[in-house]
Amino acid sequence: MSIENENLHAAELRAASRLYGSFAALRQVTAEFRAGLCYVITGENGAGKSTLLRLLAGLIRPSVGTVSVLGGEPQEQRALIGYMGHASMLYDELSARENLSYYGKLYQPPGSCTECARLDETLRAVGLDPALTKPVEQYSQGMKQRVSLARVLLGDPHLLLLDEPFANLDAASSAQMIALLQQFKTWPLPQGAKRTIILTTHQPELAKNLADVYVRMQAARILNTEKAG
Amino acid sequence: MNFFWTTLHHLRKDLKLEWRSRDAVNAMLFFALLVVVIFSFAFDPTAAVSRQIAGGILWVALVFAAVTALNQAWARELHNQVLDAQRMSPSPAAALFLGKVLANFLFVTFIEIVLAPLFIIFYNLHVLGNGWLLLLVLPLGTWALVVNGTFFAALGLRTRNRELLLPLVLFPISLPALLAMVQATTAILTGEADPGLWIQMLAGYDIIFTTVGLLLFEVVLHAE
Amino acid sequence: MKKFLWLWLIATLTVLAWGFHLAIFVAPTEATMGNIQRIFYYHVPSAIMGMVFPYVNLIGSLGYLYLRRNNPLRALAMDALALAAAEVTLVFVSIGLVTGMLWAKPAWGIWWTWDERLTTYLLLWLLYVSYMLVRRFSSTGQTYTLAAVISIFAGIDVPIVYMSIRWWRTQHPSPVFFGGPDAGLDPSMVPAFVWNILGWTMWGVFILVLRYGLERRRQQVQQQIANSALDAGLEGNA
Repeated sequence: MSIENENLHAAELRAASRLYGSFAALRQVTAEFRAGLCYVITGENGAGKSTLLRLLAGLIRPSVGTVSVLGGEPQEQRALIGYMGHASMLYDELSARENLSYYGKLYQPPGSCTECARLDETLRAVGLDPALTKPVEQYSQGMKQRVSLARVLLGDPHLLLLDEPFANLDAASSAQMIALLQQFKTWPLPQGAKRTIILTTHQPELAKNLADVYVRMQAARILNTEKAG
Repeated sequence: MNFFWTTLHHLRKDLKLEWRSRDAVNAMLFFALLVVVIFSFAFDPTAAVSRQIAGGILWVALVFAAVTALNQAWARELHNQVLDAQRMSPSPAAALFLGKVLANFLFVTFIEIVLAPLFIIFYNLHVLGNGWLLLLVLPLGTWALVVNGTFFAALGLRTRNRELLLPLVLFPISLPALLAMVQATTAILTGEADPGLWIQMLAGYDIIFTTVGLLLFEVVLHAE
Repeated sequence: MKKFLWLWLIATLTVLAWGFHLAIFVAPTEATMGNIQRIFYYHVPSAIMGMVFPYVNLIGSLGYLYLRRNNPLRALAMDALALAAAEVTLVFVSIGLVTGMLWAKPAWGIWWTWDERLTTYLLLWLLYVSYMLVRRFSSTGQTYTLAAVISIFAGIDVPIVYMSIRWWRTQHPSPVFFGGPDAGLDPSMVPAFVWNILGWTMWGVFILVLRYGLERRRQQVQQQIANSALDAGLEGNA
């Protein structure tokens, strides 16, 4: 994996398909995602957006074709990928801070350590109070979404994969999240590498300040891609 | 974070979660008590007879208790797509497994500590053999149940009918350990035989299946 | 290939028929047990087959796990082998258990005892039932991997079960059935025995190959359906 490669393509799919028995969730998709940009994937339910994201995260493997992320197999690049799914991916009985503290230590590459300050800082960045001790199950949907985002940001990922991050958020919270994601893109990385965001949404208008490229999917294929004007 | 600390990290999380909800321990306690009391009614044994059967009854109670806990061992990971979050972590999957096994081990051991005085009372037990050996047999036996149970509970995670599958697979796999546990416990209680061979077998069984579990857990976790 | 299979089938049926003739009509009646003993000629071959095919299953499973990333097509074939062997195992072990019980009751007055052979047998049966259940109930895509893991556990467990019960039974002897399959076998009974073992082995192999072929066909049909699902929607879309 050369630095040049990583700077060019954050992720790449070549004729990638994913089958569940006889159902095709993704059909022969070939796409390149350049580093440093924000891709917004749109499409109806069942178009294959989540499947595409999960393939990039390495949670599923392509039945046919190849997927490569940051120059290698997604399963090997886990430390550099942040994936946020539909569900909160949090332990209900723990508070936000406890969840982050747990995941923070899990996601760091072996040998480094997390300081408490970063946890608090990340929570404040998503608009939550670190001192909150209520368990996550008592949070509102919007608050849970924010903790989820904090969870992925904590890992300092090079590639951020977000599945419907704006669902269940009100206008103010969405705007706040967009601002945060815009900032995320500018967080520095060594050796000139760049941070990439790939997100799916039903509401592309929300992301218009963030998006660099729109990708439209339909019936498990990519229809077209369009640079944000 | 190296393997050891990662395992402890997972263990702390599981203990904390259990402390907040107490799901597993309550269910286990109920079942175990039920078994102990019902068998006590059913057999109403004399001291001599009770020494013969107490070993078997103890382990029946613990197996029921353990399976109850194990059936929901991964429930919190299934909920909210947490399993995906675990799979996305670069730390070794085997640490997640070992942490969960240790947690379940502690829960079942807690039940044993609660049950022990009840056993002595209900069955009028007076240990004729070397009672201290029980402190070796109980943990070894518990570990045998818990290590395989946690593994197969994970294997059945994305299977329908997983509550059927767990006891079905667990029984044949655990049989050598169950035999050893019961024989060793009975030998110690009655003082009639030497439990040494059985204890060695339990130890060997634990080592073999813990190793296999650690090696294969990654395969099971990431199967899709 | 087909021709060879037909020849094999005819040969198998011939051997089985000859074995039947020998077992039922030619072999002398056993002194103590009488005609019931003739089940022996069916029980032992089934029992032996039931101990051999699990290893075929294990080989198939290991092969699948090893090859699934690098050579997925070959891995699929290994999985077909594993599945076929598992089903054949289950059939033979079931027959072994039932014929064993049918024999034991009139001969020794008990249906069952926990000696090392019977216990191992029962556990083998339970393990393969759970193998088949996992295959049926897991979601597509995971089935092969999870079943392969069970196969490995079964492979490790069976010898351990055997040894553990054996140790147990040296301390607490159970009703002794007999020293071994051919301990004290009267020479006049040997031909019937040998021909039946041969016949049932050939039958086992035949069924294995048939089932393997069936599973491969099913896999290929599955592939075709999948391929057409992939191509669907191509027309009229960019």
